[in-house]
Amino acid sequence: MPTETPIVNHFSWTIGGPQGTGVDSSANLLLRSCAVAGLYCYGKREYHSTIKTGHSYTQVRVSGIPISSHVDPVHLLTTYEKTAAKIHADEVVTGGAIIYDPGVISADDLNCQDGVLKIAVPYDEILDKLAEEMGQPAAKVKIMKNTLAVGATLAMVNFDMAYIEKALSGLFKGRKAKLVPDNMLAIRKGFEYIQAMQMNGSSVVDQFPYKLEAQPDSPAQMIMSGTTAVALGKLKAGCKMQTYYPITPASDESVYLESQQKEYGINVVQCEDEIASVCMAVGAALTGTRSATSTSCPGFGLKAEGIGWAAMNEVPVVIHDYQRGGPSTGLPTRHEQGDLLSAVFISHGNPPRMVVAPSDMNEYFEDTFHAFNYADQYQTPVIVLTDKCIGNNTMTITPFSEEGLKINRGKLATQDELDRLASLKPELKGQFPRFGDSDDGVSMRSVLGQANGIYWNTGDERDAYGHITEDPDNRQVLMNKRLRKMATAIAEIPESQQFQLYGPKDADTTILTWGSTKGPILDAMPQLLSDGFKFNVLVVRLMSPYPVEGVSRILSKAKTKIGFEMNHTHQLAQLTRMETGFSMDHFINKFTGRPISETEAASAIREIMSSTTTSKKEVVLSYGK
Amino acid sequence: MASNTATPTMAKPMAKDYKSDVVSDWCAGCGDFGIVAAVQGVYAELGIPNHQIISYSGVGCSSKSPHLMHTYGVHTLHGRSIPFSTGTALANPDVKVVVTGGDGDGYGIGAGHFLHAGRRNVNMTYLVYNNEVYGLTKGQASPTLAYGEQPKSLAVPNPNDKVDPLALAVNAGYTFVARSYAYNRTHLMATIKRAMEHRGMAIVDILQPCPTYNNLHTKEWYGEEVEMSGANYPRVYDIEAEGYNGMVQNPADAEEVNRKEIAALTKIRTHEDRVAIGVFWQIEKPTFMDRLTMTNPKLGDTPTYKMVIADADGNPTTDLSATYAEFLTTS
Ligand SMILES: Cc1ncc(C[n+]2csc(CCOP(=O)(O)OP(=O)(O)O)c2C)c(N)n1
Ligand code: SF4
Ligand SMILES: [Mg+2]
Repeated sequence: MPTETPIVNHFSWTIGGPQGTGVDSSANLLLRSCAVAGLYCYGKREYHSTIKTGHSYTQVRVSGIPISSHVDPVHLLTTYEKTAAKIHADEVVTGGAIIYDPGVISADDLNCQDGVLKIAVPYDEILDKLAEEMGQPAAKVKIMKNTLAVGATLAMVNFDMAYIEKALSGLFKGRKAKLVPDNMLAIRKGFEYIQAMQMNGSSVVDQFPYKLEAQPDSPAQMIMSGTTAVALGKLKAGCKMQTYYPITPASDESVYLESQQKEYGINVVQCEDEIASVCMAVGAALTGTRSATSTSCPGFGLKAEGIGWAAMNEVPVVIHDYQRGGPSTGLPTRHEQGDLLSAVFISHGNPPRMVVAPSDMNEYFEDTFHAFNYADQYQTPVIVLTDKCIGNNTMTITPFSEEGLKINRGKLATQDELDRLASLKPELKGQFPRFGDSDDGVSMRSVLGQANGIYWNTGDERDAYGHITEDPDNRQVLMNKRLRKMATAIAEIPESQQFQLYGPKDADTTILTWGSTKGPILDAMPQLLSDGFKFNVLVVRLMSPYPVEGVSRILSKAKTKIGFEMNHTHQLAQLTRMETGFSMDHFINKFTGRPISETEAASAIREIMSSTTTSKKEVVLSYGK
Repeated sequence: MASNTATPTMAKPMAKDYKSDVVSDWCAGCGDFGIVAAVQGVYAELGIPNHQIISYSGVGCSSKSPHLMHTYGVHTLHGRSIPFSTGTALANPDVKVVVTGGDGDGYGIGAGHFLHAGRRNVNMTYLVYNNEVYGLTKGQASPTLAYGEQPKSLAVPNPNDKVDPLALAVNAGYTFVARSYAYNRTHLMATIKRAMEHRGMAIVDILQPCPTYNNLHTKEWYGEEVEMSGANYPRVYDIEAEGYNGMVQNPADAEEVNRKEIAALTKIRTHEDRVAIGVFWQIEKPTFMDRLTMTNPKLGDTPTYKMVIADADGNPTTDLSATYAEFLTTS
């Protein structure tokens, strides 16, 4: 079969298998190989809430330009056992290919579309031979099936072997470096097997149109996942206390921080539960230590009372909630944006709480950094709403920028100030009116252990020194004071950290979105714009205090407003209507637990924007396994 | 970052130097008064500067104690004093953390934290005011009230068995386990002082009459004598005055540890007709901070509250470049 015009640097690949069989490491290796070749990558990880056996897969999208989402079509499916071949075969597009193990599944059992190349790779045979050549026991060599699979894959796209070797040495460093040569042997075997393979009289490589060409001049990228981006933001911000209770998908962040303790001195404590975690972080924050805790939905709920206490006592603490599918345990390893309203309203009785919702990998780093400043400046808990999609996915990104990152500790009393105040009022015997009223709602804060800074904390309403009082006038003063901070915050925080508008400012249609859903929309945007669908995208980044003025300014110009988010009740649309009075005209939604692809985003926007109906329309997406 | 320089130690502090201006709202005759006075007396004896004491509590009558102390006070959530105070003790090991709270607070809603505090052996002192009831919510049964007992607020006799918190504490890993009595000021002060001087997690369960809701175990009841084999003995008795010594001399000696642990559990269990007070169990073990420092030496060099995170212009001092390199495609 003659080769059609090759499709270069536009490649979507899926690898799947039972959990614990090396799917992740194969995907990492492929992604890294492409990344070191100057290509842009997005790796979407899907896994079950089981450790072994549950089916897991990763889809890696490789592109010549930066991307932040996956696409639905799969060009090449690589499998080395039966389940993945069965589950994903029908996702491969015509013209694509599937690599399978003829020892476990026959070509006839592959439920593919017409025109999909079925490529049999006899893993056992190849690895048995390799074991013989290496003089190693077959069992030891056979665990490299997943590595061989990467070699076979990269041969299909005409990839340059040198980049694989480079990627492999990047992955296996230090004590693991000795694994590189053996793995390279397996990769080479897979690579050569495919290169030599003929089908219907011509090379299979030639029959496969998708090719990857290195872009050595691309600027350096970082290969990053969300939990690590957050961890790095915390380290940069000088967070020295992290508490957690294990929960998917949040614990990866804490586990990574544990591995960095020696280097950066951060104290990571695994607690008995999420209540203890938030309380311990607050107890540490009271000493002036920048402190944080990290969790996911069920754990976030448990933190409510502690968050309220921190707000009442004006303690700076940062809480990350990696949203996953709810309600309850819900879809514990899947993606959703279902916690917005519970974050904005968490804890009873009107505590001031700040909620930040970063929407891409770089913002995961930056907003985590900013969150510690907000917490210190406004002396209140700051919740950072992250999600499973960016949290667990791995992608190439522009390296983090540290430009303009300054640490602001807010009104933290220096010892000199406390000593001066004490000398003015010796009758106070070192007591300090920590909760005194102030114009901006933020008072000077001493920390536990500081001389002449003595005050009391309590969950009860308090006087300026922190002693319990139910005096109605004082109550009014302090409620006003605490909540006044929110007005101060919205006035001080730069607008770019509150929300962002992408696309043509004068468009009549505005899509309102937040969090990781931004990725597929922005990826779909250039094509849609050039096809005549003119819209802009308003991404809200600060959820509490809500940027009422800025968002209203933009929404007032939009003739058509589309709410696009991933939760059944359109929580951002609800919040926006509550805060600004603006309602959405249409909705795009998905709540299967699987993130939205660029493909889906594009078709949903097309569908809504081409529709002539004026009545409310909702497109509910559902693609993906 | 603010420095934590101490004010010069007071010449000879007195208990009243640790009293705040707050007037307590406890019922007349409440056992809590005596406990607070004892704690203030111990602070004076130890001469700790006021600002270096952090008085923690949960929620309950007893948990109002920090407001009566002229020290930093942290009156937290019901049942959560332990995790809050643990955070402080880990972040600033230079202060003295003393936690007070009720039996409902510590052994009921806070039972999980109570247990795990032992596993960590954090360096702090935990004083539990044990009145067998939930005082602040009007006298319901607490976890230390025995099965079948019916103090006056209970509509029906208590259907739950009681827990023995100190037996639990020994098993959980507390390294100083004692009981004392609110109306034995001398014993109480001596015990609290020993608890505060102990390096590690110390608990003192303090029998505290609640005249308002516990009409079974009153000051009078504790003050009675009980008859045993024809002779009368005080109900509350000091095991150490009788020669008991719960201190492990050599923590590496498994036989001694085992023997003393069994002895401690046996003594703790004698809370029937007669009530044993004293230090049941004491052992030296690495504190949580010691253990964390083994894998995180920087913590040992500088406590987190003192770590410098920014220069004078606010530039972060943490240099991530070596870590970034691990993620860069160029490396
Ligand atoms: C989460 C929560 N649940 C319930 C309460 C109500 N509450 C306040 S104090 C208390 C019990 C106090 O009993 P204890 O700890 O023994 O202290 P005491 O009053 O007896 O000194 C309860 C249940 C609360 N404050 N918070
Ligand atoms: S209710 Fe009981 S414990 Fe509470 S103050 Fe009154 S006497 Fe004391
Ligand atoms: Mg009680």
